[in-house]
Amino acid sequence: MRAACWLGPRDVRVRDVPDPEILNARDAIVKVTATAICGSDLHLYNGVIPTMRSGDVLGHEFMGEVVEVGAGNSALKPGDRVVVPFAIACGACWYCREGLTSLCDNSNPNARLAEALYGFSGSGLFGYSHLYGGYPGGQAEYVRVPFADTGALPVPPTLSDEQVLFLTDILPTGYMAAENCRIRPGDTVAVWGSGPVGLLAMKSAYLLGADRVIAIDRWPARLRLAESGAKAETLHYEEIDDVVEELKQRTGGRGPDACIDAAGMEAHGTTLDALYDRAKQAVRLATDRSHAVRQAIQACRKGGTVSIPGVYGGFLDKFPLGAAFAKGLTLQMGQTHVHRYLRPLLQHIESGRLDATFIVSHRWPLSRASEAYRMFNDKTDDCTKIVLDPTR
Amino acid sequence: MRRPQKRSRADGTRIVGAGVLLALAGAGAWALANARQGRRVFKRRPDMPALAGGQGSHVERTVTILRSPTELYAEWRDLERLPELMPHLDSVTVLGGTRSLWVVRGPAGTRPTWEAEIVGDEPGRLIAWRSVGDGDVENAGSVRFTPAAGDRGTEVKVILTYAPRAGRLGVGLATLFGASADQEVREDLRRFKQRMEANEVAASAAPRGASEAREMARSG
Repeated sequence: MRAACWLGPRDVRVRDVPDPEILNARDAIVKVTATAICGSDLHLYNGVIPTMRSGDVLGHEFMGEVVEVGAGNSALKPGDRVVVPFAIACGACWYCREGLTSLCDNSNPNARLAEALYGFSGSGLFGYSHLYGGYPGGQAEYVRVPFADTGALPVPPTLSDEQVLFLTDILPTGYMAAENCRIRPGDTVAVWGSGPVGLLAMKSAYLLGADRVIAIDRWPARLRLAESGAKAETLHYEEIDDVVEELKQRTGGRGPDACIDAAGMEAHGTTLDALYDRAKQAVRLATDRSHAVRQAIQACRKGGTVSIPGVYGGFLDKFPLGAAFAKGLTLQMGQTHVHRYLRPLLQHIESGRLDATFIVSHRWPLSRASEAYRMFNDKTDDCTKIVLDPTR
Repeated sequence: MRRPQKRSRADGTRIVGAGVLLALAGAGAWALANARQGRRVFKRRPDMPALAGGQGSHVERTVTILRSPTELYAEWRDLERLPELMPHLDSVTVLGGTRSLWVVRGPAGTRPTWEAEIVGDEPGRLIAWRSVGDGDVENAGSVRFTPAAGDRGTEVKVILTYAPRAGRLGVGLATLFGASADQEVREDLRRFKQRMEANEVAASAAPRGASEAREMARSG
């Protein structure tokens, strides 16, 4: 079959690879009908996530049709149309029972590597390095889905692929980021990054009762989308001197009640600390650039919440824990527990309360994956979200 | 709110005692030993099985599994099925009574072998064993099943002491058990937990992936 393979930093190509096979009784094989490139895939693309190997199949946002199930999987049958959470979860361990499926104890075959790095291992992830299990991803014609009996969710035929595809990652991720803000009536939520997760966090923040949402970015097209698609106020950080001061002035001197860092470990910035991060990351003295989260901590009102859906992988330099402590902030973060949001968010989609399709800027065949990664990384052609079709 | 409790005299003495022991062990050596990935240093305790002459290396690992002690004991007690979960075991054959024959996948195609005897068997609580006779590896160990607090399942603790018979294998036991026996036990317990909770052992690719993951686990 054809699949988008990682061959090295900034080198993604579509190649012929062996078809996936059922390995365990709870598996399913899914014929992929739609798959998207995630902002977090760009961390892989740029080579800042360790333990990638040449030839690894990328992709953790995908859906399609079940074509084969393992002997122990009675929840699915061939022909089912399903969405698949990016985090792989057994559904049976203590974490899964608690609804913390991205912390599943049993789904990472390389847990030892993650334990060495983080103390404990989270769940395995599709197409996201060997640290997270080395599972081949879904930017391919076919994909093996482990624990598919608890993971893959059948979706109604009345909804299009694009309407439900983002249930696999960015919609629940944006939603959980907003939920973690513990929004109360009258709250202002500031969101760093108007990429897909940021945009969906903005929409979710309104859905959860926020009074105002402020989008912070530097890409005009994305800020326009935040305004038109998510009804957010915008802040172009390259056009003002001091983001923290600007946010203070816009919120009556109080600061935002909650701040969301939807940028993550490759945040861009124009201030001295951002340039310093860039230099250190470039020569591998630090793994993560943290400009966005620093600013979020600085800007947040006293007693507020900083919610971090953006991905971090290693060590942060100059992390302002003092400011977080002095203001009594709550920090919320982590991979999304997609499984527990699937059904409620599917209902929001069916009722029309949540529509994520406005983020899609490009619909291409899988064969153009190499070009798609380059375009998404360079943000050319006003690219916000690329959906790839392996059947074309 | 919890009040700070006064430390009893007995507790204080124990802490001072531990401090002295630590200092005697040599803080530098302790730090060095702990810095080595996944290695732990154990003080000899009464529940650690001893080999003849008090020699041998020790491994101790605990994992919490969301199943009852009875279920976990029953699965482990089925000795002949253990190689399914522990790829370094070639086979276990129950010889009758409390005796069993253990064959390990050694380096360079060798198959170190020993006979073991169950010396402690408390259903739902404990299985303890030791090697008997003139086997290739002298060893003794136990697995204990203890209910965890607050519906968290069962704490499964493995304690193992082992020593290769002098000159028998021509290689260190470290090679026999991979990079470290400690790591091997940890992976065994991980697979046991996966089997008992998720009904299967997680795999990202086969068979290359499985061996690769093991290789990574060893070299990591």
